[in-house]
Amino acid sequence: MAERSFAKEVQKLKIGEGETFSGEGILALTKALLEAGVGYVGGYQGAPISHLMDVLADAEEILSELGVRYEANASEAAAAAMLAASVHYPIRGAVTFKGAVGVNVASDALANLSSSGVTGGALVIIGEDYGEGSSIMQERSHAFAMKSQMWLLDPRPNLPSIVQSVHQGFELSEATNTPVMLMVRIRSCHVTGSFIARANKRPPFTVKDALANPRSDYARVVLPPMSYLQEHDKIDNRWPAAQAHIREHGLNEFFGPQDAPIGIVMQGGMYNGVIRALQRLGLADIHGETEIPLYVLNVTYPLVNDEFLEFCEGKSSVLVVEEGQPEFIEQALGSMLFRAGSDIKLHGKDMLPMAGEYTGQVMLDGLEAFLKKAAPGLLPARLRAPNSEEKPALPDLSGTVPIRPPGFCTGCPERPIFAAIKLTEMERGKHQIAGDIGCHLFATLPPFEIGGSTMGYGLGPASNAAFDGGGEKRSISILGDGGFWHNGLSSSIGNAVYNKSDGVIVIVDNFYSAATGGQDILSSRADNPSKATGHPIADAVKGVGVKWVRQIDRTYDVPKMREILNEALTTDHEGPKVIVASSECMLNKQRREKPLMNKAIAEGRRVEKPRFGVDEDICTGDHACIRLSGCPSLSLKKLDDPLRDDPVASIDQSCVGCGNCGEVADAAVLCPSFYRTEVVHNPGWIERKLDHARNRVITWLQTRRSRGRIEFVRG
Amino acid sequence: MAGKTKTAFKAKPRDPALDHIIKLAVMAVGGQGGGVLTNWIEDTAHRNGYAVQATSVAGVAQRTGATIYYIEMAPAGDRPPVFSLMPAAGDVDILIAAEMMEAGRAIMRGFVTPDRTTLIASSHRALAVSEKMTPGDGIADSDEVIAAAEIAAQRFILFDMDKMAIEVGSVISSSLFGALAGSGALPFERETFEDAIKASGRGVKASLRAFAAGYDAASNGVVETPSEARTEPGPTGDAPQGPDKLLNQWRGLDARAAAMPEPVRDMALTGLRAVVDFQDLDYGGEYLDRLERILADDEAAKDYAYSREAAKYIAKAMAYDDVFRVADLKTRGSRFARIRTEINPADGTRMKLTEFMHPRAEEIVGMMPASLGRKLSNSEGSMRMIDRLFNRGRRLRTDRFFPFAQLYVIGGLRKYRRGTLRHAIEVEHMQNWLDLAATYRRIDYALGVETLRNRRLVKGYSDTHARGLSKFDQVMDGVALLAGREDAAHWCNLLREAALADEKGEQLEGALKTVRSFADGSAAAAHN
Repeated sequence: MAERSFAKEVQKLKIGEGETFSGEGILALTKALLEAGVGYVGGYQGAPISHLMDVLADAEEILSELGVRYEANASEAAAAAMLAASVHYPIRGAVTFKGAVGVNVASDALANLSSSGVTGGALVIIGEDYGEGSSIMQERSHAFAMKSQMWLLDPRPNLPSIVQSVHQGFELSEATNTPVMLMVRIRSCHVTGSFIARANKRPPFTVKDALANPRSDYARVVLPPMSYLQEHDKIDNRWPAAQAHIREHGLNEFFGPQDAPIGIVMQGGMYNGVIRALQRLGLADIHGETEIPLYVLNVTYPLVNDEFLEFCEGKSSVLVVEEGQPEFIEQALGSMLFRAGSDIKLHGKDMLPMAGEYTGQVMLDGLEAFLKKAAPGLLPARLRAPNSEEKPALPDLSGTVPIRPPGFCTGCPERPIFAAIKLTEMERGKHQIAGDIGCHLFATLPPFEIGGSTMGYGLGPASNAAFDGGGEKRSISILGDGGFWHNGLSSSIGNAVYNKSDGVIVIVDNFYSAATGGQDILSSRADNPSKATGHPIADAVKGVGVKWVRQIDRTYDVPKMREILNEALTTDHEGPKVIVASSECMLNKQRREKPLMNKAIAEGRRVEKPRFGVDEDICTGDHACIRLSGCPSLSLKKLDDPLRDDPVASIDQSCVGCGNCGEVADAAVLCPSFYRTEVVHNPGWIERKLDHARNRVITWLQTRRSRGRIEFVRG
Repeated sequence: MAGKTKTAFKAKPRDPALDHIIKLAVMAVGGQGGGVLTNWIEDTAHRNGYAVQATSVAGVAQRTGATIYYIEMAPAGDRPPVFSLMPAAGDVDILIAAEMMEAGRAIMRGFVTPDRTTLIASSHRALAVSEKMTPGDGIADSDEVIAAAEIAAQRFILFDMDKMAIEVGSVISSSLFGALAGSGALPFERETFEDAIKASGRGVKASLRAFAAGYDAASNGVVETPSEARTEPGPTGDAPQGPDKLLNQWRGLDARAAAMPEPVRDMALTGLRAVVDFQDLDYGGEYLDRLERILADDEAAKDYAYSREAAKYIAKAMAYDDVFRVADLKTRGSRFARIRTEINPADGTRMKLTEFMHPRAEEIVGMMPASLGRKLSNSEGSMRMIDRLFNRGRRLRTDRFFPFAQLYVIGGLRKYRRGTLRHAIEVEHMQNWLDLAATYRRIDYALGVETLRNRRLVKGYSDTHARGLSKFDQVMDGVALLAGREDAAHWCNLLREAALADEKGEQLEGALKTVRSFADGSAAAAHN
């Protein structure tokens, strides 16, 4: 079960023709797929389209009622490969994953798919992870569309436009026998709004129909000489067909007057940002009506030459608003103008930054700069005069406000693993450590600062391959369970076995693909009605030939974790040393257990609730415990005691009693300040009596001692 | 260029409807319920006939990182407005900061401007890892953010919305929502906000309680005063209790401390309480003896700064952290009461209590009579054996009789503390430090004061304590190079701050290098 449940929201997917659908972008996308008569869907989770996968998973019943196959693919490559179903069969298929990393992983399948061409509409929904909130390296997915000759849609970021682009995407794909990428940016995925729905459509030809009537055609196979023909087909037939289709069906949009000396060309996704900047400059009204001609590229690849050149006619300057680098669109448009012998001024990256997100301020500054140069008469007087605005001098807070990167959640089972590694490093010195993709990468940040690189999903151990030959100290690599099943089993573990790696591999098994939102994977422990779970990682590792495998079933046992690490780092064993450290993701565990626990308490059953605390008069405020934790619930407080210079540790009510504090205090021989309480709900009568008796004796002893000395009682 | 214009091309007057767009951003820490708050606001706007659009960057929302939600709304018309998907600097009407430093971040990003922004912020702190992990005090100064907010915001509403929500069994999203409603920044009736909570269906009652608390505080214009004005530590807070005979003796000591000059008095009273609480009244007498000797030598012209620091740090040095102390504190009735208040177990429940102790050979021999302890600690074999016997993590269930009694008895052994090895070590260490400080004081008063303050570095238990001692020694070595220089006190302070800045002592190492370099330089200069 994923972190966020859409069980309630997916009911909206059933609404019929003419009804108003309101909700988030990802739900709208799903509804649009059903309206379009999609035959199969799949993908791989990752922000910002994780929730799209969650919606699909929660909607599985609705999907199967319509005869739509849903697959939770093992990776983006697997998802893209699934689109092969649309090569020979007239079935619409859609998969989703994040860009640019998902496209990287999928590129082998995508390139082959593009070469083969499709019969049924094939849609790849890409969550473009660029700018604020992104969790990956900053790149554009655009280049993949160009190199494989896939068409790229980038609709305006509102629900009706996004929904429409799904329909248009399938149509374009089918009209040109080419797979289509539909790009949605981070905020578009979560933008709320509404649109008028159509009825859901059963796929006219289902995957079951295909199995009953199999087809093949070697002309579609990527082998010479067909592959040469396919290459020409892309350029000679599909490309012009796409340009004609885009133009004929008005996929790109025009706003504002036809005749004006200037104009703005933009990616569809930039539309709202451009309008807001124009609104702030007094050049657009609340509905986006503007006096400046706008050419909105809802299709950013391929570009339609005639359409663009016609837009430019009679204009002296045009600005291209294209986020990210390099400026593929601007270059292409520039080349069109040059070939057409135009003397129009083309602006773009000279007014707007080459790299980075086009935020509100960036957009405003860029448009203002363009207008100042191209049409200064348009700008309000206040903007034409420099420095007319007065801004109050603010104190500089950059030295005060701390950065707040994401980190391990309260009670996270990965924290003790890295506490153990840090303790091991304190003892044995710093090691070469490579990270992977997943929550465990937060360990590279303070307070742990463990690991110095991340090379891709499932590639942690592979990225230590140069050190496989061994040396004075063994290399350590980290791999999450998500990465393990995504790619790690072959690329990392298999690689290490075959190359007789001397390294130590720590596999962090938290029962879910946790970083992407707690989706189930092969080794998940939960029962999943439609997926096969419960396949232990240790078995898989042994299956590919690892001989030295240690399974830890409670990561919170720091001394044991440390002992096994020490063993792995010192054993004579040849070949990779693999430690599988398993404990359930606390976020998901709490979500699962909390309601059950509250129910049990309400029903009068005996329940223990643990929580840690710190004795403030024993803590000396050195914060060594925090340097082995970083837990959000373990914080500091300043005491009202003039003898104390430094704040002391303090645990707030969000503590879930995971045990890390006690384990670390013990393993690192820190201090005796920690205590653990367990509140026992509904204790039995014997327990109650016994407790009462103990309390009486203890209280008697305490009073006895108090009577014999001076004590200072807080008044 | 514009000169080539074919048609008339002029700006239209600005659309007045644009002024009705309300732009609202929520800056929160992951896990604070920013998503729930956003849904409520969106629903409230719908209920009031507004067109509304919300967006978020959900990627790290669950994972304790800083995160942002953004909402735009305007009275609905026949055509949909075009809203932006992200807040822009200088263009935010309402900024809700769910934590004090997030308010600071909002100001830094330009989302809070005096021409338009109502800033609604919770004054509580969720400390960032970088603040918490410093060995000293790394907590960011909220007052700086408050000062900036007072300049940057058009209206500023600030109170602890986190505490408020917890007190009524809810979470901060509810009290923030209440504060938003109470601020009047949105043109909607209170009931429509509450209807949004009711419609969301989960934990409605608790949410409404926190909502009401936030609403009242915001509408009454509660503004917290900066922390300077809040805290006033006083030595008179805790009343002494005990048998009459001891109380009489106490009053004698109390009078001695009270007779000290004003700048020293409060600290001496606080210190006296600490050492009496640590050992007994005689020990308190010893403390005052030490202090009076120092005071007799001190200068009124310097405001007795030296004696004041001595009052503080001698008390800390005398009330060191040993096994007896821990056992005593862990078994006190007042401690049990404090835990109960903190955990607040429901009626009809019972509470288990587990302590985490990890004694090493050093702690064991420290408890022994000085001569025996010294002999054993000088023998590696004995120490190894003691380690084998004792050095492991021990979990003691102090809600049970026998583990409690074990600690209770150890706590009672404090009577014999004066004869132990640990005490001898501590006394010697203290005396050396005080002698050194006195020596420095004679040549440089300020350096003497700073030397006393270096005692702050000695803290913690076991390895942490050893590391503290080593840092103390390093700083004192540095001070030895500085003595006699005009800026010695200033450098001593810098060295201490560097020692407290990071665990490994990298900053201290750097600072010491500098000190050594100019010490060498002046030595070289002396030669010339």
